Amino acid sequence: MRAVDAVMECLKAEGVDVVFGLPGGANLPTYDAFVDGGIRHILVRHEAGGGHAAEGYAKATGKVGVAFATSGPGATNLITPICDAMMDSVPVVFITGQVRTELLGTDGFQEADTIGITMPVVKHSFMIQDPNEIPRAIHEAFHIARTGRPGPVVVDIPQDLSRADINYEPITDVRLPGYQPTLEGNQKQIRQAAKALAAAQRPVIYVGGGVVNANASAELVEFCTTDRFPVTCTLMGLGAFPANHPQWLGMLGMHGTRAANYGMDEADLICAVGARFDDRVTGKLSEFAPRAKFIHIDVDPAEISKNVPAHIPIVGDAKHVLAKLLIEYRALTPDSARLQAWWERIEAWREKHPLRYEDSSDQEIKPQYMIQALYEATGGEAIITSDVGQHQMWTAQYYGFPAPRRWINSGGLGTMGFGLPAAMGAAVGCPDRLVCCVAGDGSVQMNIQELATCAQEGIPIKVFIMNNGYLGMVRQWQELFWDGRYSHVDTGKYPDWVKLAEAYGASGMRFEDKTTLVQDIKRAIATDGPVLVDVRVTREENTYPMIPAGQPAREMVG
Amino acid sequence: MIVGEPATNTTLSLEELQAAGNLRTGRKHVLSILVENKAGVLTRIAGLFARRGFNIDTLTVGPTDDERVSRVTLTVDGAVHPIDQVTKQLHKLINVLKIRDLEPEGTVSRELALFKVSADGTQRGELMQIAEIFRGSVVDVTKRSVIIEITGTTEKIEAFEEMVRPFGLIEMMRTGEIAIARGRTET
Ligand SMILES: Cc1ncc(C[n+]2csc(CCOP(=O)(O)OP(=O)(O)O)c2C)c(N)n1
Ligand SMILES: [Mg+2]
Repeated sequence: MRAVDAVMECLKAEGVDVVFGLPGGANLPTYDAFVDGGIRHILVRHEAGGGHAAEGYAKATGKVGVAFATSGPGATNLITPICDAMMDSVPVVFITGQVRTELLGTDGFQEADTIGITMPVVKHSFMIQDPNEIPRAIHEAFHIARTGRPGPVVVDIPQDLSRADINYEPITDVRLPGYQPTLEGNQKQIRQAAKALAAAQRPVIYVGGGVVNANASAELVEFCTTDRFPVTCTLMGLGAFPANHPQWLGMLGMHGTRAANYGMDEADLICAVGARFDDRVTGKLSEFAPRAKFIHIDVDPAEISKNVPAHIPIVGDAKHVLAKLLIEYRALTPDSARLQAWWERIEAWREKHPLRYEDSSDQEIKPQYMIQALYEATGGEAIITSDVGQHQMWTAQYYGFPAPRRWINSGGLGTMGFGLPAAMGAAVGCPDRLVCCVAGDGSVQMNIQELATCAQEGIPIKVFIMNNGYLGMVRQWQELFWDGRYSHVDTGKYPDWVKLAEAYGASGMRFEDKTTLVQDIKRAIATDGPVLVDVRVTREENTYPMIPAGQPAREMVG
Repeated sequence: MIVGEPATNTTLSLEELQAAGNLRTGRKHVLSILVENKAGVLTRIAGLFARRGFNIDTLTVGPTDDERVSRVTLTVDGAVHPIDQVTKQLHKLINVLKIRDLEPEGTVSRELALFKVSADGTQRGELMQIAEIFRGSVVDVTKRSVIIEITGTTEKIEAFEEMVRPFGLIEMMRTGEIAIARGRTET
């Protein structure tokens, strides 16, 4: 069997139902195999679009996403999605073509050292040197991508090796002696954590994307509600705990709520679950949660005590650990009444500092209102992707995510242009769900070409551009911290989004009136096929509240 | 002491944690790392150090009695880097099988060095005497120079260097340390 046909068999054995990619010289053999391979392939218009689509697919479904590219420029176009998947722990396997082995190292046509270039931003990578290794490498790649702390894995296959005739036998085991993620969590540590939680007077449960990755939302909710623990989620953790729950404090961090940030600041015990104390969460590290002791639950031991020393470290998968923690905690039968004073303090913050904005007195659409209208029009039930900027933060603040895997964005890398292709991937993975993208007028152009893919494939994403005519988040920083000296942030009035949508074979719409906005959004959603909407919003609105970078939480402004 | 092993989840007391945690230990660490003998492994280790801002002081790589496995011995300054982070990050490399942070007292470590020293007739005798004290051997002699081979701990080699420098050190080459745990247990 040709090695490339074995690749198809391996993908099917891994349960892959769709691949995003774009062919070229070095992966011509692979693309020949797609003709009869029995795997759906979606032709993207730029490899970065394919990579982000694979991420969107993975985040929405929990399965491993797959993206293909040719050598050289095809592979280098994947760098951003690979790095993005690394930062946000997204399971994606990237399979790249490479020049023939005789050309390796000679600067051959379309040769790039893909393994070398990607090494700092992959969980692991495989350079194929023997065609017989291909099946094993592919299965190992999937295993590594999906287990432990998920992440991107690259498999680089030289063109000549992919044409080789190999003896393919299905592989049922993977042997990785240097890779054994710890999932269970140490029982003694878990017991200690339960005791600390039972004794805490001012606890906060601080939840990150690891809970979503571990599919541990149900365990989280059960644990947090077995007592009255206040819960906050990071940008990546939104939806892991339902936003309409009375114990929910809102998102924490730079644009989080005061209840969440002040809660962390005054807590005596913080239990971090699948979160990594990013600088956007901690603010000034030396003044972060100065009164707290820390329990840190994470599947990646290197995250524990990386930024903030943990008093009770627990290496393990959130699903396993939370289930055990619940049992240990219940056995202690703690008295919830001890949390009464703490809740009173939290309620006071909530009452005094809810998320707020000044609405317009005419038809003007405030960006915050746009998100509220989207929530209303979708009943809060859509999968929402976003780009990066103000619109991303407003979506995180105002679209109360009721469940995990509904909120898909680029957190760690902050990749503009992520939203549209990620929505495409999510819609392919979840065809029965409404998928909307809240895009930035600046960001969306970075992968707008995938609208053609959506039109060709009939992928019905609804893209709502929050059009403020600015690289808004940068403009906000220039206004607040650089004396209002605007430098290259005005994106002007081009392109004409409605015409652009139509040129790509999508439906284009423009909304400018807040009084009809909910109805208008419903109309866009009811329109078949991909839709791109230009939503004109207030140009100079700032995202508040905000912890200025490098400041402690107490210094929140706005 | 085996630190940061992903598969160990033994309880650590707060004191131990503070000792092993993100704090700097202030001493030199010799890390003995078993890796799969696969293409690119050394690049992954070196790249990891560069990316995380850790400095490698010395590095040696060699085969072991198992051809599928190589041993990397590297030394890191624990006064500069949180050693716990270094080992945990190393453990995340799929091809890294085992890491030991060797305690200086429980370890035999050796380095090989070659010194090329200028030596005309009058100085040669004195140089040879010093070499003998350090149990070194002269491996090459010309009219105007000698090459001396020394094996020993880093401290011994540095002491020898100090002794011969006044004679005119033309060049010096050092292998970097290899280290093995004392006693019956495997390193
Ligand atoms: C690829 C990339 N380039 C630059 C940035 C820096 N950046 C962060 S937010 C932002 C503004 C994005 O503008 P837009 O998409 O219109 O969103 P808005 O903030 O206006 O909602 C920029 C340029 C980035 N995050 N990603
Ligand atoms: Mg904008």
